[in-house]
Amino acid sequence: MNSQKAKFEPKIVAFCCNWCSYPAADGAGVSRLQYPTNIRIIRVMCGGRVTPSLVLKAFELGADGVLVATCHFEDCHYMFGARKAADVHKITEQLTEMIGIEKDRLMLDWISSAEATKFAKVAQEFTATIKKLGPSPIKKQMTGDKYQITEDIK
Amino acid sequence: MSIKKAIKESRAYLCLECGKCTGSCPVSRFNHGYSPRLLVNKAIRSGQLELLKDKNIWACLTCKLCDERCPADIDYVNMTLAIRLEAQKIGEEAICSHGGAAQSLMRIMTTPDLQQKRMAWIDNDLKTTQSGETLYFVGCLPYFDVLFSDIEVNTLKAAKASVKILNHLGITPVVLPQERCCGHDLLWGGDLENFKKLAEHNINEIKRSGAKKVIFSCPEGYRTFKIDYPKYFECNFEVQHITELLAEALGNEQLKLKEMDKVVTFQDPCRLGRHLGIYEEPRKVISAVPELKLAEMVRNRKSAICCGVSAWMNCSTYSKSIQLARLKEAKQTAADMLVLSCPKCEIHFNCAMKDEKVGKDVKIETIQLVTLIADALIGG
Ligand code: SF4
Ligand code: SF4
Repeated sequence: MNSQKAKFEPKIVAFCCNWCSYPAADGAGVSRLQYPTNIRIIRVMCGGRVTPSLVLKAFELGADGVLVATCHFEDCHYMFGARKAADVHKITEQLTEMIGIEKDRLMLDWISSAEATKFAKVAQEFTATIKKLGPSPIKKQMTGDKYQITEDIK
Repeated sequence: MSIKKAIKESRAYLCLECGKCTGSCPVSRFNHGYSPRLLVNKAIRSGQLELLKDKNIWACLTCKLCDERCPADIDYVNMTLAIRLEAQKIGEEAICSHGGAAQSLMRIMTTPDLQQKRMAWIDNDLKTTQSGETLYFVGCLPYFDVLFSDIEVNTLKAAKASVKILNHLGITPVVLPQERCCGHDLLWGGDLENFKKLAEHNINEIKRSGAKKVIFSCPEGYRTFKIDYPKYFECNFEVQHITELLAEALGNEQLKLKEMDKVVTFQDPCRLGRHLGIYEEPRKVISAVPELKLAEMVRNRKSAICCGVSAWMNCSTYSKSIQLARLKEAKQTAADMLVLSCPKCEIHFNCAMKDEKVGKDVKIETIQLVTLIADALIGG
């Protein structure tokens, strides 16, 4: 059991906004800060665009964790986008919890484009949390052709 | 089922090309690119691939109004269902509303060991149990209320009212903590594989609870359990809609109701009405409330117009037009309230009314039939 857990490499989807969190991730790369390769970044124009459907789709297809990263409220490129993201996140959180996905598998954070170190740190910590939680309850039981892409990391 | 068989079973080859279906279809009225007559024609004449790739096969609300009018007695809705099941196999799919959030929730629910937390709505004054004779099937209401919190709907009110009514009748219903979506929307979206998984799970859970009778307040769940589940699985339980139960209880004089000096109008949900033929029970229940007057809309019972969207697909400006036209009709009856008996009607009509641009002539208060009755109960 323990050795199996140690081998578990989670798949984490990170929705990063074009104006802050994505450049932060970029900055982390440029400054050669290490963060786990478990994070798969999807760039979106705004964190407010990350509706429940996107997060649920990620879980449906076998993500073990989902990170939504946006600008800070004060320096949001669209002024209201980061706030919108926080509002939408509340709905998403309620849905994922109700359907039986552990609360810690979904995270919202605010990372400005200057905070490359913060991005690396959040990525490391979130990956560690997900590793502790183990595979998502949905992925563990997935069957069918549709899901074969995730088979290798089961 | 192959397309050929579907055509044969729906008797599409008998089409007279009279166009009555298109003439009565609420979608065709606003979306001139959609015509059931042409689709019947296409099904018979064109190649299979061309038919399956036609985006219009997803535009139908499966409301069955055309079936009601067709002089050749063609079962257009079942043909559409069969075509969709085939289309899904080659990777075709509908445009899902809300980014497909509802569909994702349903597919996630196929996970066998899911630990949902969906029972928070059960207040202390409602009596429910884990095993027993009668079961109340809640449906996806707990999810709807979160997903549509922006339009401030409260579909769970109907669930609470249903349990209250059952308690009043001396029934403590089973409510399943791990109940799944009935699969209605996945089925009508063509996803048979996941529909079956949900169905199997629900049937097993019901079996485990020992229930002999399942009561529904949601007409879609009712139709799915009554018509679609038995097609694929054996179901050893009886199903009943709560309006049927209420009509029965009123007949036995088991219910005493308070006076309500109001005028209401009633929206027949397509699943309850044309799909299952339940028209009179809800009316009987409404007329049992002393002083409550029912003013019918021009198009009622078999001719009722659907709420504009089905199975969380293809919500568009056409849906909005259908909804506004129907709301106008409701408003024209001069009723104080529009009585509904489907959670989706509640969501769709309230969404249409939320639009700031629509005028007062379509704004009307909505209430679920069960809520209306639960509020009128004497000796709660
Ligand atoms: S079922 Fe309803 S929406 Fe579909 S074609 Fe017939 S009338 Fe139109
Ligand atoms: S109403 Fe029936 S017979 Fe007439 S065009 Fe439509 S499907 Fe054909």
